[in-house]
Amino acid sequence: MSETLTYILIIVGVLVTLLTVAAGNIYIERRLLSLWQDRYGPNRVGPFGILQVVADIIKIFTKEDWIPRFADKVVFVLAPGIILVTILITFAIVPFSPDIVIADLNIGLLFFLGLSSLGAYSLVLGGWASNNKYSLLGAMRGAAQMLSYEVFMGLSLMGVVMMTGSFSMVDIVEKQKEVWFVIPQFVGFVIFVIAGLAESHRIPFDIPESESELVAGFHSEYSGMKFGMFFVGEYLGITLISAIVTTIFFGGWLGPDFLPPLAWFTIKVFGFIAFIILLRASLPRPRYDQLIGFGWKILLPLSLINILVTGAIILSN
Amino acid sequence: MLIVFYLAAIVAIISTLFAVTRSNAVHALLYLIVSFLAVAVVFFILGAHFVAALEVIVYAGAIIVLFVFVVMMLNVGAETEKSNDRWLSIKSWGGPAILAFILFAELAYVIFTKESIQTDESIVAPKQVGISLFTTYMLGIEIAAVMLMAGIIGAYHLAQIKKVNRHRFLGGEE
Repeated sequence: MSETLTYILIIVGVLVTLLTVAAGNIYIERRLLSLWQDRYGPNRVGPFGILQVVADIIKIFTKEDWIPRFADKVVFVLAPGIILVTILITFAIVPFSPDIVIADLNIGLLFFLGLSSLGAYSLVLGGWASNNKYSLLGAMRGAAQMLSYEVFMGLSLMGVVMMTGSFSMVDIVEKQKEVWFVIPQFVGFVIFVIAGLAESHRIPFDIPESESELVAGFHSEYSGMKFGMFFVGEYLGITLISAIVTTIFFGGWLGPDFLPPLAWFTIKVFGFIAFIILLRASLPRPRYDQLIGFGWKILLPLSLINILVTGAIILSN
Repeated sequence: MLIVFYLAAIVAIISTLFAVTRSNAVHALLYLIVSFLAVAVVFFILGAHFVAALEVIVYAGAIIVLFVFVVMMLNVGAETEKSNDRWLSIKSWGGPAILAFILFAELAYVIFTKESIQTDESIVAPKQVGISLFTTYMLGIEIAAVMLMAGIIGAYHLAQIKKVNRHRFLGGEE
């Protein structure tokens, strides 16, 4: 089999798997949430309610896809696509196993940071194009939140980059053969998870959306599959953050030999997805100024100190 | 690779033109983002991977988000668009166009008379960029850092909220 064909197969395989996982996450989230809240969740459609997602997808495809008269039509249609595209492209640098990686760039980590910062446009432009007060408020909160948390997200990863001496994701995984980076870089790990949650604007950081004060925030005016794309984008975002945390801090595909590398990767990723859902089930949403203040006053100094200490230790060895 | 290079360059030029001529500020910014992304592709093809990544992170990802943020807060409507259209009349862009054309002619003259420098398309690793930043260009980095610090202090000063005491009797004692 030629090399090009292998790559095309990998790309198609990754794409199909990701879209399935994103849809499956909706089911997993609803079931896990109901488990932790002591109720059943969706359990009627198919065995264990697993076909509920299919029913939801059929429903969302047949809904009226309405563009408000007062909206900026081109930008309105463009916005939901941006988040899906940026997140799907980012998966190109994730090493799923030693053989399954689409592009091992020497700037892999920066590629991830750059695309995640482009993802902010989806929310900002969506809110602005809706031409609705609540949407605009949501979009502005989203812009401020994502812009702030991007900074710590980048800084929290620099400790790992310094220890590896490379931005390449494959190098980072290979370097963790002895010890996973979560142990020497625990501070970086905590900051990254917080910033990653804020970047994918999930509860407890769903301030751009905050349905109790802003109707539905930046996507108030969206309906049908355009809303569906924001929705799927959110679940893809969770998968992406879990995959990146697994790769950078938990040794990626590394693990004992009795399971193949891909299986270890999948297990770790789903562990993190479950953890993020648990966070949703247990934490309340902070106020807007609390969130931004927490970021700049606590996370920024912490991540800088982390870089300083890591650098000092590396130099002294 | 050469085709990709020229495609990206054409996209960059066209989107920059649109960024200048659009009267809707947000649409203009969108074209500017496309332009930055195209320039990042150009950098990538020339082997400057690190610069390409920074172009996306810093320019497209951070600075333009701030621009969009400000434009959204200004709440520009149809009236602003009309006044922007007025600025695009020949009367207002004629003068600058002549000046820009002189510069362009000079640039073209310099490019065509001097020997053009062939890039060897070697890939510059992030490590090399870091090393040259902290040795050869140390002074520039330090000056930029001082400037940014001044900017931060200035922003802090401007954004400071003065505490106002609204009490009837205790007011005015600060």
